Amino acid sequence: MSGPRIQIWFLILLLVVCFALACPLQSRFVAWPGSRANGDVFAITLGESRKLFANEFFVKADSYYHSGFYPTIFDDNRAFKTAHMAEDTGAVNSQNHGEEESFMGPPRNWIDAFGRHFMPDRHTHLDEGGASGDLSGSEGVREILPWLKLSADLDPQNVQNYIVTAYWLRQRMHQPKTAQEVLLEGLHENPGSCDILFELGRLYAESDHDTNRAVNVWMAGLHNWRPVKGTEDEVAANNFIYEKLATQMGAEQADVGNWQAAIQWFEKAKAVSKTPDGLQQMIELLQQHHSIKPKP
Amino acid sequence: MKTILAVAGVVIKELYRRKDFYVLFIVTMLICLIMASVRIFNDDKIIRYLKELCLLLVWVSSLVIAITTTARQIPAERENRTLLPLLAKPVTRTQLLLGKFLGCWLACGIALVCFYLFFGALAASREHQWPLLNYFQAASLHWFMLGIVIAMVLLGSLVFAAPSSNSTICFVVVGGILLLGRHLDSVALTLPEPVRSVFLIIYYSIPHLEFFDVRDLIIHDWPLIHWGYYGLALIYGIGYMVVFLTGASLVFRRQSVN
Repeated sequence: MSGPRIQIWFLILLLVVCFALACPLQSRFVAWPGSRANGDVFAITLGESRKLFANEFFVKADSYYHSGFYPTIFDDNRAFKTAHMAEDTGAVNSQNHGEEESFMGPPRNWIDAFGRHFMPDRHTHLDEGGASGDLSGSEGVREILPWLKLSADLDPQNVQNYIVTAYWLRQRMHQPKTAQEVLLEGLHENPGSCDILFELGRLYAESDHDTNRAVNVWMAGLHNWRPVKGTEDEVAANNFIYEKLATQMGAEQADVGNWQAAIQWFEKAKAVSKTPDGLQQMIELLQQHHSIKPKP
Repeated sequence: MKTILAVAGVVIKELYRRKDFYVLFIVTMLICLIMASVRIFNDDKIIRYLKELCLLLVWVSSLVIAITTTARQIPAERENRTLLPLLAKPVTRTQLLLGKFLGCWLACGIALVCFYLFFGALAASREHQWPLLNYFQAASLHWFMLGIVIAMVLLGSLVFAAPSSNSTICFVVVGGILLLGRHLDSVALTLPEPVRSVFLIIYYSIPHLEFFDVRDLIIHDWPLIHWGYYGLALIYGIGYMVVFLTGASLVFRRQSVN
């Protein structure tokens, strides 16, 4: 046999060996925990640092919610510790204090005073019309969605992304089906998350008017809830979601006339609440309305 | 004036013969069009992220064009040995400098018109409105900011040894002013003396380029800037252009041609 023919046969042999090896190795490589072949571009390129970027994009979405009127790291941001777009959903514990309007303080000098004419200068929210102030334009809140989507892609374990996205999709964009998809995706990434279950229950109750399903979802949330040990903020956030779930359950029970169960739920909510007075008033109101003797 | 315009004309011709502008413009268009094709939650009215991206690319591209074009003007004349024959004609050094400045500034203006027309078309494709006066204010403030940068780079090209070092230093300075310029006084207050005084001197002496960056107003559909303040900003810009060009003229007069 001539030289080139041997080389061709040898090449074919090598190709066959490669193919035969590739078949068993491919499945093992995909199953290997250290594999980077899962198709997540962000995970491959950024690794764990993508969570830092995710937080930046979440803040960016809140900046859009304010039409660019937002504090920098040099300004007083006590009134922006919790994103207002998340706070307005009613599903997130707020840690904001101080003035929203005057985070820049009084002008420090003529350069600062002059510069303020070239930047957004009013506190507005997109769901209230944004910079134009046109209340009919509340659908403008759609502009925060790309940043929330990007943030969720980068950090799927941040449940706030799903809650905020779903809330605004449902409330202002009138897309409950898309909101449900977002929440289910969030639940897939964070199985048993009380926050997501609370929002999913609200979606079933308020958009689908399916109270039974909502109650089931809230009950699942309550079953999954566990007390946490951590910083004061972490404990407060965890208690807040329990309070919200228990309050919703109480309200549903009161609606169907089961006031004794309703009072029990309100009592449970009161036990972890930072503002128990309001819940106590609701309990007393129910007791008076149904002539139940208050507990000693 | 004719001499200045003649020199400026040559600079403008140089810009449209070079490929920098075309490459940057096409890259900007491609990135924006690809991003525009992405549909988020099946909503085709979401536009602000696209406006922000487009304006960011326009700003970066315009700064690259302004700094790189200006930085090589005088050094290239020296390197090609055309500076001496040019000054042997009835052209003074100040006229040459002013011609170079005007040429670079007008060339950047032409590039900006193309960029902002594309930006306006992109925004109008989804917003179905064209706030012309807002775009005019943003583009003209942007152009005056580039005027300050060009005058600064022209001065740098006479002080620094090579166009590359001049470009790098100018990019760092311009980026630093745009990102931190507004807050330097706040930072100064947290520092001990004499560093505090140094920071305050820098704060009051640098050109505050952030006045001219009104991208947030355009992205979020804020109303027009009051025309009085707009006019004052342009005067502020012209003031800094004069300062840098005077400095460049004084340095150039004392330098040897070869």
